[in-house]
Amino acid sequence: MSPTAEVNAGLRKTALNAVHRKMGAKMVDFGGWDMPVEYSGLIAEHLSVRTAVGVFDVSHMGDILIRGPQALDAVQHISMNDASKLQQGQAHYSALLYPQGTFVDDVIVHKLGENDYLLVINAGTREKDVNWVRQNVRGFRCHADDLSDYYTQLAIQGPKAVDVLRKLTNVDLSPVKNYWFTYGTVCGLPNTMIARTGYTGEDGFEIYIPSDEPTSDRVWYEVIGAGREFGILPCGLGARNTLRLESKMALYGHEISDTINVWEADLGRYCKMEKGNFIGREALEKAKAEGLKRILVGLEMIERGIGRDGYKVFSESGEQIGEITSGSPAPFLKKNIALAYVPPQYSQIGTVVLVEVRSQKVKAQVVPTPFYKRPKKEK
Amino acid sequence: MAAFPADYRYTKEHEWIKVDGNQATIGITDYAQNSLGDIVFVELPKVGDELTAGKTFGSVESVKAVSDLYAPASGKVVAINDALSTAPEKINSDAHGSWMLRIQLKDAGEVNKLLSADDYDKFVKEEGGH
Repeated sequence: MSPTAEVNAGLRKTALNAVHRKMGAKMVDFGGWDMPVEYSGLIAEHLSVRTAVGVFDVSHMGDILIRGPQALDAVQHISMNDASKLQQGQAHYSALLYPQGTFVDDVIVHKLGENDYLLVINAGTREKDVNWVRQNVRGFRCHADDLSDYYTQLAIQGPKAVDVLRKLTNVDLSPVKNYWFTYGTVCGLPNTMIARTGYTGEDGFEIYIPSDEPTSDRVWYEVIGAGREFGILPCGLGARNTLRLESKMALYGHEISDTINVWEADLGRYCKMEKGNFIGREALEKAKAEGLKRILVGLEMIERGIGRDGYKVFSESGEQIGEITSGSPAPFLKKNIALAYVPPQYSQIGTVVLVEVRSQKVKAQVVPTPFYKRPKKEK
Repeated sequence: MAAFPADYRYTKEHEWIKVDGNQATIGITDYAQNSLGDIVFVELPKVGDELTAGKTFGSVESVKAVSDLYAPASGKVVAINDALSTAPEKINSDAHGSWMLRIQLKDAGEVNKLLSADDYDKFVKEEGGH
């Protein structure tokens, strides 16, 4: 046995850090942040989100506000989805791209108003994203503000999330559809942004509250109190990772990075080539014409063994064809699943490949993704 | 955390060994299971295989990590705890009671070089920083 020792020196902390420690969470360094990886256990937390409700502290995520008369033009220029299609109160998945068509980061773009767009970005790429956005919106009449430290962001996720939040707010949540947001009083805090978004593949909400410790602590405990009757569990990054993997949601540094392009990552449906010019478009046009060299596929292990991040993938004839970007046992599906880049000729559903699991070649096959899709039902 | 039984010996790689005459059972400590989290898979050698002290003899996997298992002592495997192949989570609920395998000890003296419960307790407190 050789478990990794805990490291917590010099890490950044969210306002809820002391609460996580008090609740007995196991903490890890996640992109420079001291974050809870699990509380009661990864599997229990994962299942609570699939079957009931869980709450996550996701305050390490960053928030960039783009404001000004040309905010929309700026957002269109720096992101690949078509923000002109957003209505006020609506959000969508998008990405910031380098001129090569590869990823600076993936983002959720929220249209707060005609001149205001909020980009929610990843923790590990915060400074890079903020600098990159500032540089690239220079030509537009708008400014980009880093609001990351102003908010504690809580994700309440799972089929019972709506029931929990309903107890804590005066807002009618039923008109707030998936990827829409609204404002209302939550736990006595007026004008709280409530977004029906998440990173779990489940119904759920993300709320943005002031990041001072007393407020953050109070709301955290109120959410847990309100969720008790529904079996709420505080959840860590471990469950967050397996939940997003089952739902095939990309993680920066794994499925997407500065060397992987949009087509390879199979995120073309969020990339609107027809919307006009944007950073990365030209390279993507060219990449499309040239054809793909590799594409992201879902794998399911069919022999005993767990494919994990970085494990090599081989063809049945023994030629190395790619690598796993994320792999894990899937707690809800009870299968060993993985995402991997392989050449397109190996991407057909049913193709058998070999994963090198600690010097043994273990059979896996290409399966449809997402691995998990939630039953369609919103209240 | 469960106390480390005084009649076991321990490695710095977090295995325990319990001597019973010329034989011994081997498992991982409660500290180890707690670090790993939910255990989903244990890979063990076969009956008849030889273990060499300090060398890997298998692996244990949780949802989020995989760890090698290191032999606390040398010897021939005489039994495997088959229950762990279908219910590896038993290690999470009772690490010190969940033996993985039993060996015929080659040299009982090897065990005496391992950490006592007190020394191991001190060791993990330093390593874990808590």
